[in-house]
Amino acid sequence: MNILVLIKQVPESQAIRMDEKTGTLIREAANSVINPLDLHALECALQLRDQSNEISRLDCLSMGPPAATAVLKEALALGADQGILLSDRAFAGSDTWCTARTLAAGIQQLGKYDLILCGERATDGETGQTGPALAALLDLPVVTFASAIQARLGGWEVRRLLEDGYESVTVNGSALVCVLKEASVPRLPTLQGKRKARQAEVRIINASGLSLPLEDTGLKASPTRVTTIFKPSHFKQCERISAHDPAGAEQAVDRIIHLLCEKGAL
Amino acid sequence: MNSSGIWILAEQKNGQLNEVSFELLNWATSLAEKKQQSLTALVFGDQLSDAELQKLIQRGADRVLHISAAQLAVFQPEPFSACLMERINCEKPEILIAAATTTGRTLLPYVAGKLRTGLTADCTKLDIEPESGFLLQTRPAAGGNIMATIKTPDCRPQMATVRPHAQKPAPLKPGHLGTIERWNPPEELLQSRTRRVAFTPSAEERGVQDADLVISAGRGFKKADNLSLVRLLASQLGAAVGASREAVDRGWLPYPAQIGLSGKTVSPKVYIAAGISGAIQHLAGMQTSDTIIAINSDPEAPIFQYSELGICGDLFTILPLLSAKIAAMKAEDSAKGGSHE
Ligand SMILES: Cc1cc2nc3c(=O)[nH]c(=O)nc-3n(C[C@H](O)[C@H](O)[C@H](O)COP(=O)(O)OP(=O)(O)OC[C@H]3O[C@@H](n4cnc5c(N)ncnc54)[C@H](O)[C@@H]3O)c2cc1C
Ligand SMILES: Nc1ncnc2c1ncn2[C@@H]1O[C@H](COP(=O)(O)O)[C@@H](O)[C@H]1O
Repeated sequence: MNILVLIKQVPESQAIRMDEKTGTLIREAANSVINPLDLHALECALQLRDQSNEISRLDCLSMGPPAATAVLKEALALGADQGILLSDRAFAGSDTWCTARTLAAGIQQLGKYDLILCGERATDGETGQTGPALAALLDLPVVTFASAIQARLGGWEVRRLLEDGYESVTVNGSALVCVLKEASVPRLPTLQGKRKARQAEVRIINASGLSLPLEDTGLKASPTRVTTIFKPSHFKQCERISAHDPAGAEQAVDRIIHLLCEKGAL
Repeated sequence: MNSSGIWILAEQKNGQLNEVSFELLNWATSLAEKKQQSLTALVFGDQLSDAELQKLIQRGADRVLHISAAQLAVFQPEPFSACLMERINCEKPEILIAAATTTGRTLLPYVAGKLRTGLTADCTKLDIEPESGFLLQTRPAAGGNIMATIKTPDCRPQMATVRPHAQKPAPLKPGHLGTIERWNPPEELLQSRTRRVAFTPSAEERGVQDADLVISAGRGFKKADNLSLVRLLASQLGAAVGASREAVDRGWLPYPAQIGLSGKTVSPKVYIAAGISGAIQHLAGMQTSDTIIAINSDPEAPIFQYSELGICGDLFTILPLLSAKIAAMKAEDSAKGGSHE
């Protein structure tokens, strides 16, 4: 059996700022990291492989600029067998549909996987749409909000965290699963792993290496368009009460109660 | 591309509509008015009653389409998406709005993937562009640091998910009329490779995402025992208990309570943050709340910049005092025989 983990390179979260004059994003030359939830997905895959000798291959796939080889090397250091990067200028500006389309073409190229793991969402786009859209394009069943995954005869058993509790679902055959933080505790790379990763090659596939019509790639093929970007006006006029003495504390509590009543919460 | 009609995806549990269904009607009513199009509410489930479906009409739906089968009682991605796509292909709606719940956030991207159309997640504002008539979808990005407005010019339907609680439920529209249609999909649309085998309701009385009032605890609580303060207050107020990552990582509260970038996103009417500094990753999960109250001993804590009411003080003084006053108020109320609840 083969497992594939999808890994996205994201800027460290605080690194994105906005130029208020021009309304554009400033992506500082900050560290790029593996999307945190993707580390949990990778850890799930590593544990499934540790538990079973039926899993013969664990690959990691990313789509992004050449610099994204760094996150795949990191995945190799943690124990992945192979890192593959889909990279081409033609992919630039992809929205989630287009990203999913490109990843799907990559996966069709790579072969059959019994389990494909994604993070539930990425810290930069925060859409959480890529996984389900990719499953749809590959015609696989999708299981989202996974907090635990186990192999079972002929498929998988996944625990999902819903609004009102935990659901267990079984899947027959291959599936795409999007994982939450609760699904695993990521390990740290070993020295030996790091050494192996330094020597390993990340396989890079460009647009011509995929059977993907050019009209299905990049900005022009993306169904969505960003029309404006602006700074939210979340800096609120905060009413401050200093409650360091008993009188202040009284006043503070009265004010909270008043506000709760006003909002219908009391 | 002759599409028309505004659709919302109502949600139900055990045959009762979830409140978010009525919020969706509120989101969609103004869109339907601006576009002069009819408003359809879709409901998946197993034989919902007319009385229940009628509630959607009373709050603004022109038509209710109930997609009914035993296999549709609880959400499974494949039958839900197969049925939804069948209806979309037949009727070609122009806009489809769902809630950014675990269901909406799974079903809509799956369907958008199949239909090759645009979808914008977690919108906080929807509008119609006057010139083009396109749906304008505004959502926070980059941990809430920026807002982006997005549209889907060429593909239909234009799809969006919206945050629960970001709008009030649609008000009753006396005299509003609408039709109820029931559709029993054919067997081949109901196939599923996934199956629910067990369900364990959460121990917490109310999930943070369903609650109008959330009280969250952070590292300022110092140790597990002190969490009784927030539990007491929550039970007095019928609130859900939330947590920062620090509180969850220390084992004081379970992960389902975690709010923020790697936890849940909530938008309650009132959010009380006690002993939480307001790190950007925490803010990402709660800053769209209607009213935020912060209790923190550090006057420089960033959370104050996002709050309507900022109490600078010791939570170990404020919370017990608050509980005591609320208890006194309730005792007085019941003594008078009049309760607000
Ligand atoms: C990739 C990534 C994802 C993350 N995801 C999340 C997430 O989903 N959710 C999340 O919350 N965090 C997340 N974090 C962590 C986040 O950066 C912060 O570390 C965390 O939110 C801080 O929690 P806190 O506010 O409880 O603790 P602190 O920042 O330590 O704040 C504690 C506050 O309590 C106050 N305090 C102390 N004693 C008292 C007292 N007696 N009375 C009143 N106030 C008191 C202090 O002044 C301080 O402001 C993430 C971080 C990363 C890197
Ligand atoms: N460019 C990408 N390359 C590889 N995986 C991706 C990419 N974009 C998204 N993913 C996967 O999809 C998940 C959700 O991402 P998103 O839809 O952007 O929130 C991530 O956690 C990744 O597992």
